Amino acid sequence: MLQIKNLHASVEDKEILRGINLEVKAGEVHAIMGPNGSGKSTLSSVIAGKEEFEVTEGQVILDGEDLEDISPEERAHKGIFLSFQYPVEIPGVSVTNFMKTAINEGRKAKGLEDMPAKDMLKLIREKSEMLEIDRKFLSRSLNEGFSGGEKKRNEIFQMAMLEPKLAILDETDSGLDIDALRIVSNGVNKLRSKDNAVIVITHYQRLLEYIVPDFVHVLHNGKIVKSGGKELALELEEKGYDWLKNEATV
Amino acid sequence: MSLKDKLVSSFMAFENNVDVEHPVHEVRVDALKNFESKGFPSKKEEAWKYTSLKSLENVDFSIFPKEKNTLEYKEVKEYFINEIDTYKIVFVDGIFSSYLSETTHDGVDICLMSSALSKPMYKQIIEVYFNKIASKDDSLTSLNTAFSKEGAYIYIPKNKMPKKPIEIVHFATGNEASLMLQPRNLIVVEENAEVQILERHQSLTSNEVLTNSVTEIFAADSAIVDYYKIQNDAENASLIDNTYVNQKNKSVVNVHTFSFGGKLTRNNLNFYQNGEYMDSVMKGVTIIGAKQHVDHHTLVHHIEPNCESHQDYKGIFAENSTGVFNGKIIVDKIAQKTNAFQQNNNILISDKATINTKPQLEIFADDVKCSHGCTIGQLDEDAMFYLQSRGIPQKEARALLMYAFANNVLASVRIPELKIRINKLIATKLGVNLGFDL
Repeated sequence: MLQIKNLHASVEDKEILRGINLEVKAGEVHAIMGPNGSGKSTLSSVIAGKEEFEVTEGQVILDGEDLEDISPEERAHKGIFLSFQYPVEIPGVSVTNFMKTAINEGRKAKGLEDMPAKDMLKLIREKSEMLEIDRKFLSRSLNEGFSGGEKKRNEIFQMAMLEPKLAILDETDSGLDIDALRIVSNGVNKLRSKDNAVIVITHYQRLLEYIVPDFVHVLHNGKIVKSGGKELALELEEKGYDWLKNEATV
Repeated sequence: MSLKDKLVSSFMAFENNVDVEHPVHEVRVDALKNFESKGFPSKKEEAWKYTSLKSLENVDFSIFPKEKNTLEYKEVKEYFINEIDTYKIVFVDGIFSSYLSETTHDGVDICLMSSALSKPMYKQIIEVYFNKIASKDDSLTSLNTAFSKEGAYIYIPKNKMPKKPIEIVHFATGNEASLMLQPRNLIVVEENAEVQILERHQSLTSNEVLTNSVTEIFAADSAIVDYYKIQNDAENASLIDNTYVNQKNKSVVNVHTFSFGGKLTRNNLNFYQNGEYMDSVMKGVTIIGAKQHVDHHTLVHHIEPNCESHQDYKGIFAENSTGVFNGKIIVDKIAQKTNAFQQNNNILISDKATINTKPQLEIFADDVKCSHGCTIGQLDEDAMFYLQSRGIPQKEARALLMYAFANNVLASVRIPELKIRINKLIATKLGVNLGFDL
């Protein structure tokens, strides 16, 4: 589904990604771990198409199509979803209106009519119940004054509404207490199928107890320095990242 | 002949059509003298530094429309808030249109300035209120006063509230190549009374129109006044709006100004707080492009203690448009416990657009809360990426953010149909269909 080949990316002439190779197949869950500043968030932004990052070399390929010069909204229409580490506050636009706009723009891009209001309401009700989101919450301005946990839950709600092919969860576990973590993980697990894939970016292996990865990759200094199965996450939890840093420099 | 000379020399002709024996005529004569000595303001004056009337002064405006022009309701229906029932005071090329209007004397007076100035039953109110809060010093206000004859007259007695909102609408038909209009409105809201008013100036062609309007609003103790100005005029229509508000104890006056159209718009909005425990609210949304120019000059004079004022103006400027915001707050020495807040936030979406924004605070009391903030910026890149990453195209994402930016100003609009209207105007102005209503 997703192929990343020798990806180099910079921001303001500073190289952050230095040759990433990764292949994600349908039905798989990949975890990307690594210390602060290793390039995890940059990688997710580059996949989602943030223009601030310049791809200097390599390719991001989705279903055989090179995503170079494809705008963030077109990537979303092709099924990429990024759950933000820091969701942006948009005062004046309610969660519901935002979702309606996003869903109908996605349909428009596929040549479909707007979703009938009745179906939209049903979908919103269904997904918000799944994530145990209070109805009142949906009429509030998007992310404005939301707690850290509410923001993350709202991201997963958006993911549930948009049903992406490839979901990238960027530090979705930060700011979540244990109950919220369970609800959010449940939500993600319910959306998993043989046709879609998830990339989980995290610092800690805690989230991976709930969303169990097929592969774990360690990112350091803009490169994947080690890949393995889910055991690798446990090893990292135990030993930290330093041994990998040393290994990488050797 | 310059416009000033033309106006001054036409005063004699004007006198043939008004009652020169009426006490108001003396007021007119004095006002003409003031205008004659001062003329049109120039950019040398601090208050007009960023707004030039020069190009308008060179237009050969008709000062009196030659004939009475008529319009069919269906031609102009869209300019009314036609989803709801309203009282209407409608003028066509400066002349009252009884056909398009719906006035009343049922417990309240919603009628014409020309009747109020000529009929004995209104004499007392006119004597007490006419030209009492409007500036006698400002040359453009004086110009209007000199030619004051027609406009809206609204009198709401104690404890009354009209059954429906009032629309004051001025149409220019374009039958004159260029037309100057000088409407004069008087609004008196007595103790514990309430009123909602919408005002609109609409030119129906691309012919040049210049309106120099004066509105005096008197809000007595505990009165509530909601005043909405919809400034979405045609490309060659210019407006100088001079509004003066006199407030007494515990009254609340809200003025919302929506500026989307027109060539040159200057709003002089002046509040005088003659009492305690009152609130003055001034809000505005400006969205302009091309070579449009919108200038908001506000003044709040806190004269007595324990009062509040709230100002919130948002501006979005595209292409070669220019904006001005000058917000003056005066807090007198005895006006302790004043809370005065002022916000002016602007987004420039073109490199060629300009905004000049200036807070001007003169505070003589020592126990007050006053705050002001001006921002000028572009749209937040992170917010844009967030919306786009959800599949919302760049153009719609930008519109959504601008809509959100202007939204707090709409939140206090208390006529739902008007709110929907303004929402749609904003969407149209931003060139998108947002896919949802409020």
